[in-house]
Amino acid sequence: MKRALIPLALFLVVAGFLFRGLYLDPREVPSPLVGKPAPQFSLPRLDDPTKTISPKEMLGKVWLLNTWASWCPACKDEHPLLVELSKSGFVPIIGLDYKDTNPEAQQWLVEAGNPYVANAVDADGRVGIDYGVYGVPETYLIDKKGVIAYKQIGPITIEALRDKIIPLVKKLQTQ
Amino acid sequence: MKLNQFVKLLVVFCLTYTASTWAAQEARPMQDNAAVEAQVQRLSTELRCLVCQNQTLADSHAELAEDLKQEIREMAAKGMTDQAIIDYLVERYGDFVRYRPPLKASTVLLWVGPFALLLAGGFGLFLKLRGRQKMNAEAPLSEEEARKVNELLNKES
Repeated sequence: MKRALIPLALFLVVAGFLFRGLYLDPREVPSPLVGKPAPQFSLPRLDDPTKTISPKEMLGKVWLLNTWASWCPACKDEHPLLVELSKSGFVPIIGLDYKDTNPEAQQWLVEAGNPYVANAVDADGRVGIDYGVYGVPETYLIDKKGVIAYKQIGPITIEALRDKIIPLVKKLQTQ
Repeated sequence: MKLNQFVKLLVVFCLTYTASTWAAQEARPMQDNAAVEAQVQRLSTELRCLVCQNQTLADSHAELAEDLKQEIREMAAKGMTDQAIIDYLVERYGDFVRYRPPLKASTVLLWVGPFALLLAGGFGLFLKLRGRQKMNAEAPLSEEEARKVNELLNKES
């Protein structure tokens, strides 16, 4: 009788693993950059390409680096949330306009609202590679010392904002 | 007649369309240096495309894969070793970019698991077979049973 239970036990173990697998997202590759200093860059600004922008300017602040592009549908999904977040003045958002064309990008910000303090233009995607971007939108939370504290892969959702980003920003701001 | 014309148009469209996409693929700048190209080729079969995750960089035509190959090509042209280039990408994308993950605490199960299962299965089989042998050896037929067996066998024939 006990012997008959062995296949059942094996089945339950396998089923347990498979069930867990249903709720894992293989597209979410944990970033090795969390806990490391945010890679430096100096890129032209979207609104004025003669000026440059660099993460150094944000030292001493907790901020979000949001990679986006006007050709990216998922970025449009998260955009209203970013606009709301920026209106609250809770945390400054810097945009990294990834492999985009300037007129389209600027047009999109005029149409949908501009949640960004400033935008860096990453026309050839080099800075994206430095940040380990493999699919926009991706968002990095960077602390006062310039260290990456959290990476959101894919669009920011209300849940991610409520459960992870906002509590973490509050914690980092008191440090 | 009309259908015929439509088909002809479709054929022309298909031909010109594929021709233009091919041209787009070929526009990538290429290094003349054969050693560099060989290194790019070697590395891009070892590294994973993060957009289409079950393809290597070599197999993938995703835009990111093309960018990464270009990045590898530039690093190779600078004379960086395979290991240095792999380290550069692992720093940014994690061990997941490697098709051959390194042996460390978080990957032990991956490397040792199959062999552990094989050993466990082999051990189980060994116990089972030995048990069966013992059972045969320990429980010979009694005289009465042997007589019955012979009776039955003889009846059959």
